[in-house]
Amino acid sequence: MNAESDAYVQFDGVYKSYDGETDVVRDLHLHVDEGEFLTLLGPSGSGKTTCLMMLAGFEAPTAGAIRLAGRTIHDVPPRQRDIGMVFQNYALFPHMTVGANLSFPLEVRGMDKAESGRRVDDALRLVRLDGFEDRRPGELSGGQQQRVAIARALVFEPRLVLMDEPLGALDRRLREEMQFEIRRIQRTLGVTVIYVTHDQQEAMVMSDRVAVFNRGRIEQVAAPEVLYEEPERPFVATFIGDNNLLRGEVTAVEGDFCEVAVGERTVRAFLVAPRAVGDPVVLAIRPERIGLAPASGTYSNEFTAPVEDVIFLGDHLLVRADMGGGADFTVKIPNIVGHGAVLAGDDVRIGWTPTDCRALIPDDGG
Amino acid sequence: MTAVSTRERASHHLHTVFCAAVLVFLIAPILVVVPLSFNAEPYFTFTEGMLRFDSDAYSLRWYASVATDEAWLRALVNSLVIGICATAFATVLGTLAALGLASPAMPGRPLVMGLLISPMVTPVIISAAGFFFFYSSVGLAQTHLGLILAHAALGTPFVVITVTATLAGFDVNLTRAAASLGAGPWRTFRRVQLPLIAPGVFSGALFAFATSFDEVVAVLFMGGIDQRTIPRQMWSGIREQISPAILAVATFLIAFALLLMGVVEWLRRRGGASG
Repeated sequence: MNAESDAYVQFDGVYKSYDGETDVVRDLHLHVDEGEFLTLLGPSGSGKTTCLMMLAGFEAPTAGAIRLAGRTIHDVPPRQRDIGMVFQNYALFPHMTVGANLSFPLEVRGMDKAESGRRVDDALRLVRLDGFEDRRPGELSGGQQQRVAIARALVFEPRLVLMDEPLGALDRRLREEMQFEIRRIQRTLGVTVIYVTHDQQEAMVMSDRVAVFNRGRIEQVAAPEVLYEEPERPFVATFIGDNNLLRGEVTAVEGDFCEVAVGERTVRAFLVAPRAVGDPVVLAIRPERIGLAPASGTYSNEFTAPVEDVIFLGDHLLVRADMGGGADFTVKIPNIVGHGAVLAGDDVRIGWTPTDCRALIPDDGG
Repeated sequence: MTAVSTRERASHHLHTVFCAAVLVFLIAPILVVVPLSFNAEPYFTFTEGMLRFDSDAYSLRWYASVATDEAWLRALVNSLVIGICATAFATVLGTLAALGLASPAMPGRPLVMGLLISPMVTPVIISAAGFFFFYSSVGLAQTHLGLILAHAALGTPFVVITVTATLAGFDVNLTRAAASLGAGPWRTFRRVQLPLIAPGVFSGALFAFATSFDEVVAVLFMGGIDQRTIPRQMWSGIREQISPAILAVATFLIAFALLLMGVVEWLRRRGGASG
């Protein structure tokens, strides 16, 4: 509690319901440190944008507390929160020039012309749009408009910047370019950013930490590499990157490891949460952590399975094997052996280590 | 095949003729006023000279008589004063009402909208009678203020409708953005909302002004001798002193109406081009 109250932004048991029956956000606990880039990642309707809107002050929480720099902000109107916001559709004022859009928050704060002009120049230089002051938003490309929106959210040096899927309307190449750009700007200024997206790659590229949302709850909050390497829930395991999921039942527990019966096979796995013999678990194994046709005894999990399909993807191959249970099971191998090493219809030997096979509590509780 | 195309062509021609007839029916009574207003004789009919396009048969005498007649000039001033003041009231009230109605937090929106629009669908004679009895009891009958308020009530629905239509295309995130940048409601309205809905506000104002400028029923009920407007003066012109001067005034009003329509259309296109 004490450690958490030092957090810059803090959600404490926050609920939000629009109709009084279904909770869009349920029992949300989250803290964000000063200077951190935190991404709220989740499918649409998972409650991440609602969280952002509550922080900005456009929605009020039904229950719980939201604190900014140690103070609850429920009674503070949006305009007094001093939070910069970047909207999905940019929300630039179409009748004002780029310069007027940027000086708007400075004018509101009663800043004098000279200082305001200097700040606007700095902000435009930061987003690499120097010399665009006199253009109208309608004369700019989508990417340029997005840069203006970011500059406008930063120019008054807010204590926190919120971004609601700001790259959603851009094409893929521009999106990737802007991801690095936003990261660079955030690192340069050291400003705290909370970013909403449904794109896991975007979250991975930019964030210090990612909060994975699902159906109004946070499934896991961690650094991108931790989310990838150590997912704690099946939803996270499949939402961040690809994962093979196998359902089974614990038959033995030895310290951090366990044995799981998957159909007629027995798989050795790393136990993420305490589970007892007889409990159902979901095993998550990354496709690239599976070895193909290993020398016997390389892995403590080795099986033979029929190949259903081989998909050639240039730098790697996807081998779809039938591990039973009807679920897709994919092995990803680098294209160094050459195309044609494995053929559909063959039986293939595959294997993996127990540390790469995480036994998770099923999403449906279990 | 030939038979079909002949029949199609015939029905097409019939359609064209019918449309033309409808247009003539609508416009002819208005257009006929224009040449008659240049009649050199004090008649409401075309003289033989006019039909021969004899230049002596035409004159500007009725325009001159209107321009020098104090009653007509007073009527023009009354019309402008009442029209402009009523338009100002209607524009402010209608715009505020439309902004309120556009808010998702507004309860009973259809009911309030219906009430605000009702002066448009209520027969004017009923509204006018209502105004008369109510304003008489509070001492506003036979005053400029009374007519201004009555005309404002008749003009407000137009503003509500045009501003509501403009607001339908307004991005709520713009007001949210303004708030996040620190702007209060008044600044947000003045700097962000108003400039963007201005075409709707302005065309609503023009409709409200045209409503007041044309209005005769409420003036008949409520106006005294000092509140005679142009339509009221035309009314007495027709009844009391039959003079083609009213045709000159009518021509002037037609030209004025065309100008207003042109401005509204220009605003609409400009709004369409930017939005």
